[in-house]
Amino acid sequence: MKRYGIFALILTVLMFFAGYAALFIAPDEATMHAIQRIFYFHASSGWAAMEASMIVFFANVAYLAKRDLKWDWLAISAVEVSVAFWTVMLVTGPIWAHPVWGVWWTWDWRLTLTLVIWILYLCYMVLRTLIADPERRAVFSAVFGIFVFLGVPLDYLSIRIWRTQHPQPVIFGGQNSGLDPTMAKVFFYCSGVMTLLMILLVVKRYRLERLRHDAEELRLAVEEASESAGMSRNL
Amino acid sequence: MHIQNFGSLFAAYIAVWAIFFIYDFTVARRIARVEKDLAEIKSQIPHK
Repeated sequence: MKRYGIFALILTVLMFFAGYAALFIAPDEATMHAIQRIFYFHASSGWAAMEASMIVFFANVAYLAKRDLKWDWLAISAVEVSVAFWTVMLVTGPIWAHPVWGVWWTWDWRLTLTLVIWILYLCYMVLRTLIADPERRAVFSAVFGIFVFLGVPLDYLSIRIWRTQHPQPVIFGGQNSGLDPTMAKVFFYCSGVMTLLMILLVVKRYRLERLRHDAEELRLAVEEASESAGMSRNL
Repeated sequence: MHIQNFGSLFAAYIAVWAIFFIYDFTVARRIARVEKDLAEIKSQIPHK
């Protein structure tokens, strides 16, 4: 846990520097000015959210293949963390959109798919609490998680496939797209920091799931031991 | 830096920090609660 604390401290410093770089190192965008700087945290949170969703997908597939509950713990940990990152996207997006588009929200493909994924992951978390048996809960979660993940690549591709109100891609967007070199450096730095934050949070959340499992196992063992002790006294 | 819409930019940055801080705090609190439960269960185990 001490190692986790040191890593968290280093990451906090890196995050402060990311904030500084986004505010003061990245050049001013010609038309949107200051408000465009939301992009460095909005888009990098989107990448981290998609990376966390990929972890969920691989953990779900691995659980169905190996039936090892550790994969289920990883899946629920990554789902929760991805919800935090999707929330950042859904909160910072409208804050950027209001001064730029004149509206907080519009039902275009990118925004709608992001909202749908966020709601479905919330359902994933809530529905898990309704199933008591760990194996049944894990199977249900794995199937549901794989289904939700189908929306993630579609969300990524939506601004490439359809004509959307959401800005067209500036990273891996093909010809006629791209970023100023300093903007690109700041963006990739922020994305790296967000990815590290995502990993750190998944590790922490996974520890919670493992502790819950240990507590449950120990509780059952204590109950069994006290029951058998009671039976031997009766004999 | 051009300071137009600085209020919105500030709100977005606060929101980012707040979301991650609150989430991290809730996970830490849940871990502390489970650790307490675990210690309680361990204390019920009779010593030989």
